[in-house]
Amino acid sequence: MSTFLLLTITGLGLGAMYFLIASGLSLIYGLMGVLNFAHGAFITVGSYGTWWASVHIFDGIDSALWRFLASAAFGLVMGAVVAALVELVLIRPLYSRHIEQVLVTVGLQLAFIALITGIFGPDPKAFEVPPWLHETTDVGGASIPNDRWIEILVAAAVLVLLQLFLRRTRYGLIIRAGVENRAMVQALGIDVRKAFTLVFAIGGIAAAIAGVLSGVYFNVVGPEQGTSLLIFAFIVVVIGGLGSIGGSAVAAVVVALVQQYTNYYGSAGIGDMVVVLLLGIVLLARPRGFAGAVVGGRA
Amino acid sequence: MSAVASRTLMSLADVHVYLGGSHVLQGVTFDVPEGGVTALLGRNGVGKTTTLRAILGLVEVRGSVKLGDDELAGMPTHRIVKRRVGYVPEDRDVFTGLSVAENLRLAERDAEPRYDLVYELFPELEARADQRAGTLSGGQLQMVAIARALLNDNRVLLVDEPTKGLAPALVADVAHALERLAELTTVLLVEQNLGVVRRLAKDAVVLDQGRVVHAGDAKELLDRPELVKKLLSVGVA
Repeated sequence: MSTFLLLTITGLGLGAMYFLIASGLSLIYGLMGVLNFAHGAFITVGSYGTWWASVHIFDGIDSALWRFLASAAFGLVMGAVVAALVELVLIRPLYSRHIEQVLVTVGLQLAFIALITGIFGPDPKAFEVPPWLHETTDVGGASIPNDRWIEILVAAAVLVLLQLFLRRTRYGLIIRAGVENRAMVQALGIDVRKAFTLVFAIGGIAAAIAGVLSGVYFNVVGPEQGTSLLIFAFIVVVIGGLGSIGGSAVAAVVVALVQQYTNYYGSAGIGDMVVVLLLGIVLLARPRGFAGAVVGGRA
Repeated sequence: MSAVASRTLMSLADVHVYLGGSHVLQGVTFDVPEGGVTALLGRNGVGKTTTLRAILGLVEVRGSVKLGDDELAGMPTHRIVKRRVGYVPEDRDVFTGLSVAENLRLAERDAEPRYDLVYELFPELEARADQRAGTLSGGQLQMVAIARALLNDNRVLLVDEPTKGLAPALVADVAHALERLAELTTVLLVEQNLGVVRRLAKDAVVLDQGRVVHAGDAKELLDRPELVKKLLSVGVA
């Protein structure tokens, strides 16, 4: 029972990171029809930004907790800025040119990995976090690493904040309407391009949070960490339904738990294969995913 | 090209639109006089909806589309709409995932949206404010689509087939709402129901194969069954 509990909490922690990445991907595709393969770069900006700030800017702060929080805030701001710049400079000139968008975002992702490797080297960097996060808490006989709680709590908070933003603000209303029919949003006199930049920035922040949490989860940051997480986030987006934040949250939990359980109770490594199988089943049985809207059709 | 003496509010000159390799509008030219309803008529597929979408900048346009002294061609859609151009699309295009109230809130452009007028004409919408638009009937969806346009003070309103697919009783309601709209603003109306056109329109422009083939007084046109049959291939209502 304690092993099952440990697997479950660890799976939820992993699912939290998948959700944070998938939520941005899902909103970006749902509203703009852009399949953003460069999203992994935002994860890397978050993790490396945090690591770099803790070493070079906030190294004078004595408290490990405050140093970590200040560095993470820097990483998140960097994630938002880089994401907004990518939208303004690279994506905006290519609206309605989907092949070119794919080529640009794939190219950017590859170039970004090369850039990070060139600047900081290929070796992973030790990611300093408050010591409490390396300790464990006993729950039901299982020793749960404390960082798992933080990952789950942060993802839950992001889910609530995103839902509040989408349900309670005018920009949220514009984004929800734009996911359904963005041409009609423009026909109501709304400059939907501002919403595009905002969605990219929000996606960048969420991905940067995932980058920070991946550093906490794995204790290191590396140039290709974002890419490996991005692959599963894409699977989560498809299973959850393009454009649906709630669907992404459910799918992230399902995918991560399936991975954890099958890797442990089956054999190590089989979890990834089972997740791909799950993707195939969902696509055959419910092509729009758990909660997908009809998106991208009305440009 | 307008047959009436009223001041011209909007004029299209030599408007061309290409869609997917087809030359859909082939030099469309006509004026919309200020006030009342101008009907844009024609058989299916002659370019009526494309003309409205061209005015609104939803398709790429070659030629001139003027609203007063403002050149609209080449302007982004949201800027055209902010020049007080309203739109009621053919397929309603109501956001089905949003509530009725959210659909209306999204359409607010003016500082003081005219909710009193909307709820006077469509009291059902007030009662259904929290209902998801996806669960509304076709007639109710049309009410939401027209209400979005009613909320704001428009100089011109582009209305595309508002009675399409509606039951006869609802057609009368929609026609009544359009009558009220026409008291407030200039309306360019695409409509297949010639009974509604006769009731509402002062002027008529007829398109055929992407070109204007007739422009003049609407009732004079509808009083000539042989011309209506020739231009529209239908009997007069």
